[in-house]
Amino acid sequence: MTGLTTATGGADAAARGATGPAARSGPVRPLLREWSRFTPRQRLARWLVWLGVVAAVAWAVRSIDIIPEFLADAPAQMADLLVRMWPPDLGHYYPQVHTALVETLHIATLGTLLAFALAVPVALLAARNICRVAPLNWLAQLVLVASRSVNSLVWALIFVAVFGPGATAGVFAIAFRSIGFVGKLLAEALEEVAPGPVEAVRATGAGWGATMLKAVWPQVQPAFWGIALFRWDINVRESAVLGLVGAGGIGVVLNDAIDFFQWDRVATVLLAILGVVLVAEVLVNRIRARLI
Amino acid sequence: MSASGPAAAPARRPFAPSWGFRLGALALLAYTAYAVPQLGLSLERLSVGFGEAGHFLARMLPPNFARWRLLVEGLLESLQIAVLASAIGIVLSLPLGVLAARNLAPWWIAAPVRGLIALCRSLHYVIVAILFVKAIGFGALAGVAALVVASIGFIAKLFAEALEEISMKPVEAVRAAGAGTLAVLIYAVLPQVASRFVGFCLYQLDSNLRNSTLVGIVGAGGIGGTLFAAFKRFDYDFVSAILIAIIAVILLAELVSGRVRAALR
Repeated sequence: MTGLTTATGGADAAARGATGPAARSGPVRPLLREWSRFTPRQRLARWLVWLGVVAAVAWAVRSIDIIPEFLADAPAQMADLLVRMWPPDLGHYYPQVHTALVETLHIATLGTLLAFALAVPVALLAARNICRVAPLNWLAQLVLVASRSVNSLVWALIFVAVFGPGATAGVFAIAFRSIGFVGKLLAEALEEVAPGPVEAVRATGAGWGATMLKAVWPQVQPAFWGIALFRWDINVRESAVLGLVGAGGIGVVLNDAIDFFQWDRVATVLLAILGVVLVAEVLVNRIRARLI
Repeated sequence: MSASGPAAAPARRPFAPSWGFRLGALALLAYTAYAVPQLGLSLERLSVGFGEAGHFLARMLPPNFARWRLLVEGLLESLQIAVLASAIGIVLSLPLGVLAARNLAPWWIAAPVRGLIALCRSLHYVIVAILFVKAIGFGALAGVAALVVASIGFIAKLFAEALEEISMKPVEAVRAAGAGTLAVLIYAVLPQVASRFVGFCLYQLDSNLRNSTLVGIVGAGGIGGTLFAAFKRFDYDFVSAILIAIIAVILLAELVSGRVRAALR
């Protein structure tokens, strides 16, 4: 769709570009107009963009620190790794990998719940039609941006330093990372709420809480469930790696297996992660199709 | 589910209680009560933790930019990883996306390619980075390889979906004019999806930049390695300096790519 709009946009611009010389040569000879797709300025801009792209890639290739020997034997090493992974040590799955997998799911779910508990107030503060105080809007937006800009692994490092290694750090890392995402989408949904029902409920003498519950909540409910499912799906993926920095879950088992060079066990863990991610995705799609 | 029940009911209560919602909330509460002790979360642990958090924050402030040379070096390497991974990923995603589109490729090609793309997408990039670090050694090369995989998973998937939505009329017209496969792709298919493709690429460049600051944690080059080392040495003032630098770079990139996307529209 967008492809078509730009195509017409280009044609518009071309028409504008073509009218320039046509206007100069007078309206008498309209048939001699030469059609060109872009104006000279556009052509220059496009050329500069391409130049910038090529320059960036050339700079990266020339100055990146890649050891040529590593590059040369990369395929052989990859093949070696895959051979060592085969066949996966499926006996390792129960009980170690299984308990870790369950812990990962708990981290993802509890993290999502905690994120919502923290993000809903921030979203209410960030939505300009609900909180009318501009400085508070800005403060809430700042909180959301800060939460989004720090990756979940970095949050995990921080919370491992705070709570010590373990699932607690994982839950908090997932939650703090999710606040920004959930809060931003929720605030956008809140800002799109139709003011009519809100006004009507308020006109009956309802207080703030009743207005929120009976006028705003029914309108944002579909968006709310959509965001919750979407974020839970992402969190299942992310919680699988938190263990690499000691924040609990299946990542710990993965890290141990890698450190002991037990590649067949690594393969088992990877298969388990792959399975749980796929199941989560299918589950989320099913629930979403039924709810929304 | 909520107050807006069926309008046809005769004696309809305006704000009927929603039992489904209440049951759901109750189930979530029950789950929380079950799962919290499973993970060993307890109030005393949290209170100790929050005490530690104050200690931790005190050691992070003020940020220490004394080793800015290391910081700039790491950030530049992250940038290089992001640029290279995006470039290679984009170049690989073009053919893969075309091969995965069910209206352009026969099913016996499209199905395995879709499987490959799904595989690229479902493994977290940090896990892929670990595998590449073990396979091809420490350094930026592993980071580039891991992010190429992630880029393919994202760009090729969305590109294939965009391709499946194109109008087949220009394709038919160009083919009727006697054009070969390549000419059909260039003159009938690509113009319809070019701007969306550029949008996906910009988005992925943005997220590659975010992720390239992180793959260093597992030894795949970039500022992440510096960050992890600082954490391990308890250099928390340097940690906060690195975090501030990363956030600044990410915000800048977000700003720039937002501008570019707005200009493209």
